[in-house]
Amino acid sequence: MTMIPQTPLLRVEGLTHYYGSRLGCRDVSFDLYPGEVLGIVGESGSGKSTLLSCLSARQDPSSGRVLYQSRHDGEIDLYRVSEPRRRLLMRTEWGIVHQNPRDGLRMTVSAGANIGERLMAVGARHYGDIRDQAIDWLGRVEISDDRTDDLPRTFSGGMQQRLQIARNLVTQPRLIFMDEPTGGLDVSVQARLLDLLRGLVSSLGLSVIIVTHDLAVARLLAHRLMVMKEGQVVETGLTDQVLDDPHHPYTQLLVSSVLQV
Amino acid sequence: MTDTGYNYAYLDEQTKRMIRRAILKAVAVPGYQVPFAGREMPLPYGWGTGGIQVTAAIIGQDDTLKVIDQGADDTTNAVSIRRFFARTAAVKTTEKTVEATVIQTRHRIPETPLTENQIMVYQVPIPEPLRWMEPRETETRKMHALQEYGVMHVKLYEDIARFGHIATTYDYPVMVNDRYLMAPSPIPKFDNPKLNNSPALQLFGAGREKRIYAVPPYTPVKSLDFTDHPFEVQRWDDCCALCGATDSFLDEVITDDKGGRMYVCSDSDYCGDRRAAGHVGPQGVDADAYQRATAAE
Repeated sequence: MTMIPQTPLLRVEGLTHYYGSRLGCRDVSFDLYPGEVLGIVGESGSGKSTLLSCLSARQDPSSGRVLYQSRHDGEIDLYRVSEPRRRLLMRTEWGIVHQNPRDGLRMTVSAGANIGERLMAVGARHYGDIRDQAIDWLGRVEISDDRTDDLPRTFSGGMQQRLQIARNLVTQPRLIFMDEPTGGLDVSVQARLLDLLRGLVSSLGLSVIIVTHDLAVARLLAHRLMVMKEGQVVETGLTDQVLDDPHHPYTQLLVSSVLQV
Repeated sequence: MTDTGYNYAYLDEQTKRMIRRAILKAVAVPGYQVPFAGREMPLPYGWGTGGIQVTAAIIGQDDTLKVIDQGADDTTNAVSIRRFFARTAAVKTTEKTVEATVIQTRHRIPETPLTENQIMVYQVPIPEPLRWMEPRETETRKMHALQEYGVMHVKLYEDIARFGHIATTYDYPVMVNDRYLMAPSPIPKFDNPKLNNSPALQLFGAGREKRIYAVPPYTPVKSLDFTDHPFEVQRWDDCCALCGATDSFLDEVITDDKGGRMYVCSDSDYCGDRRAAGHVGPQGVDADAYQRATAAE
């Protein structure tokens, strides 16, 4: 077990979002430390994705603060800094892995260009270097280098998801948001993807916030869990503790609903 | 006023003032696309409605107008736009680059260097260089505002990955004044270096998309590239078959169905001037012989 440093990477205080009069999520607060993987679980419509959008600067929350410990400029208040700063942060220090790879990939350009995009966005202008890094990252996510110039649409679902991960990791981000990264994949592909993710998270020391409705995925990846119901956090704790000894009636229901093979 | 029933230069004065305001803003912010209330013109979108509105807004009776289409003065589009302004604005027209004060163009910049007394007006079909990578206008405007242009290099990367070199040959993206990414209209990349530090004012009008942008005189214009794949213009092994020019943009002309072809200058005025000055290409005849032959007909 690695030592967890004292300063949190992300501090969330009273995050609330309403869609008009309808509740998205209410009064969510937590700290995320470097190298930590936080799972957010709950059924559909419980506010998981809303919360993730608010955390990852894609949706202005109705109230509350998100404070991020940036690499060079200390702690910044996400919704107070200028939009250019926020967008730069998203390209350099953060990554977002979408449930559907089509939302996260550029489907009309090759796999190599998909990985190179973030490098070019931060100023890389040497074709050979960009390409070498793209091939290196394809290798790390177990895609062979002869697929570098193929379009993502010729890839299988699992490969597209791995490509999306490589595209996010190429600029060495510190914090990754994942929305159901294994949704829609069959179980053997899921298992390999999870294995890969676990390896990358520990070798790169990434912090991850992962939204999932799959408790098995949460158990494998997450150090800590947050259980959401109707927009509110009903239970938090270490993953094993929450899953083995659920306290809240809803968590108990959720855990007991998992199908046993 | 030659034709009654129309205001001078076809457009009413309020419209011309509106377009001039857009032009002034465009000149003040080089490369920035200024929206304007484009009018219906008596020709279809894609035939130069943007360019013709810009020309109408800036032209005066003292001007001499030249219109080129793919480098030539004698193609349908060029002839009808020239005739349009001769009738509605009573301006002199010319095919000589050096005599013109306003040059409306589609797809070419003349080979003859421009001067400070000239204004280039480009017809632009798609003013947004980022459009093929990002379909949302809200997003492309934000990308311009924040100078987020990395995605344009993704397109060039893709070219090299597929073809081994940057295969974009026309509408090659440029950076204006180190700030705005700009589509130079579908001119061949051969003409891109002429945009840089040009003494002439260059105005771009997109009629369908209702945008005007500009490159003021002596503004730096840089073509995008990679450090290990620098920007290059097209080159030909042949010279112009008629005038022997080796420094001009050449069109390939198929002459028979047995693979015969010739290369000729796309700029018809430049080629004509060279022949009049006595230059003869491998398949050309000298100017005197040509004149004797045409006079005899």
